[in-house]
Amino acid sequence: MANIEAEVGTSGKGLMKWINDRFPLTKTMEKHVTKYYAAKNFNVWYVFGVLAFVVLFLQLFTGIFLTMNYKPASADAFASVEYIMRDVEWGWLIRYMHSTGASFFFIVVYLHMFRAMLYGSYKKPRELIWLIGMLIFFVLMAEAFAGYLLPWGQMSYWGAQVIISLFGAIPVVGDGLVEIIRGDYSISDITLNRFFALHVIALPLALIGLVFVHIVALHEVGSNNPDGIEIKKNKGPDGVPVDGVAFHPYHTTKDLVAIIVFLMIFSSVVFFAPEMGGYFLEHANFEPANLSATPEHIAPVWYFTPFYAILRAVPDKLLGFILFGLSVVLPVFLPWLDKARVRSIRYRGWIYKTALSLFVVTFLTLGWLGTQPATEAYVLMARVFSVLYFLFFLLMPWYTSIDKTKPVPERVVYHG
Amino acid sequence: MTDDDVVDSSRRHFLTVATLATGAVGAGLVAVPFISSLNPSARAQALGAPVEVPLGSIQPGEMIRIIWRGKVVYVLRRTKEMLARLKGHDDNLRDPASEVVEQQPDYAVNEARSVKPEYLVLVGSCTHLGCAPIEDFEVRPTESWSGGFFCPCHGSKFDLAGRVYKGVPAPTNLVVPPHRFVSDDLILIGQDTGAA
Repeated sequence: MANIEAEVGTSGKGLMKWINDRFPLTKTMEKHVTKYYAAKNFNVWYVFGVLAFVVLFLQLFTGIFLTMNYKPASADAFASVEYIMRDVEWGWLIRYMHSTGASFFFIVVYLHMFRAMLYGSYKKPRELIWLIGMLIFFVLMAEAFAGYLLPWGQMSYWGAQVIISLFGAIPVVGDGLVEIIRGDYSISDITLNRFFALHVIALPLALIGLVFVHIVALHEVGSNNPDGIEIKKNKGPDGVPVDGVAFHPYHTTKDLVAIIVFLMIFSSVVFFAPEMGGYFLEHANFEPANLSATPEHIAPVWYFTPFYAILRAVPDKLLGFILFGLSVVLPVFLPWLDKARVRSIRYRGWIYKTALSLFVVTFLTLGWLGTQPATEAYVLMARVFSVLYFLFFLLMPWYTSIDKTKPVPERVVYHG
Repeated sequence: MTDDDVVDSSRRHFLTVATLATGAVGAGLVAVPFISSLNPSARAQALGAPVEVPLGSIQPGEMIRIIWRGKVVYVLRRTKEMLARLKGHDDNLRDPASEVVEQQPDYAVNEARSVKPEYLVLVGSCTHLGCAPIEDFEVRPTESWSGGFFCPCHGSKFDLAGRVYKGVPAPTNLVVPPHRFVSDDLILIGQDTGAA
């Protein structure tokens, strides 16, 4: 019997030892927290992963409390949201935190993705982290879309009408697919009920699962850094990367500062501008859904507008759907489109720097155009920028391979 | 003695594949009720009952909106002058002769796309992405607009018979739902068995 004692783990004393003999507590903490080494030259771009985690928590937490008072039925939904806003103690705060949280989720995730593009974080061996991340982004889009129907306002209803109808553009199966999404011949109580199920159970579960594997994959290969070099290649005698510091307490302390600054900005919006001039909460949505009249000006919430502008720029239903889908999916292929031998923008040539800057301008302009009415001049502009959007990805294999790169240093570098 | 001596690996392989295949069939069958549950339920199907619309109160040139099967249906009483405006712009239309079969019942395959030219019945759902087109019956020769419907979402345009213009995202004419005249001033939308 003594053999059994010797076989199992022996780390820790007392309770910790008792637990460690049965569950890899210390081992897990060390692998992911106290002995997870990330580069010591992280800059501000490296806080958005943690912030995305914070917003996810905020959304889950406030969402649970909203569910306690919200009614997912077409006859009651709009009134129940008003009820939360007016009659439930602090209901307005919980709801504004949730609605503002949705927009901040996308702000943080877009910046997080942009960080990957700046420093080539999607390049080998981190392709899978990027793929899982893109999957998270898609689920997040579905989650936001499902959530937007729930208040059952004019924009909820007609926005859902447009986006669900998009699937009708698919040849042969389109119409059947639309019916199965709606569960009815039009968007109805049935649709609202199932979107509620997706929004509060199915998609959040998927999101949590994906975030978990995103982090497991990240901790397997290690975090990238602003120089885009592998800190694991240069280890000290103790086996610790010389350019790395432990996630805890070093990075956690730094992240805490980021979280505080983030919460200051977040609270300012929640308290002083929860509608954000109609961008975070669209004004048309303060009217209950009216099946017989579309609002004069309809636009999705800002975080979908870049893709929406591309959809609107195409004067053909099927082609519009295809290009819209492509614009969302194309970033998935970045790890293979990008042929540059260096990761970080710091050591790339002027071509990629120009292309990426142009892409940022393109993305923002498309986003703005998507909020504007579809007048001729704007549609023309949207067409030009749609072409630029696609060229950024489609020409990437070419311009990243001819771009002149600078030599990459052995050790991480500090700037400023 | 190696494993191969005691283990019949081809037998083991066969059993593994057979088990997996059986399991896959089972999983496929279990998926059926779950996917089917997403279809419109019996209640949703039953709610598609026809709707009666009295025409007495509609003035010439006026349009009313009613809800049928959760969709808005437009009933427009066209004046002689409005009917005359259906002519002369066929070249600008995608399907002037209503040749796309699914967009209207047989009895609405005519220039006015209606049973009686005076009354136009349309599903108010843009064939692009389902927004409700806005009525804009005014004539504006400068914009070569002879009146019709304009979709606020993505700018699709239709004439006074719901026929789609070229160069807009909507691919087809607005749908004429099945309907019939019960009497001179009463129509039934959603049913056309009997006299059309």
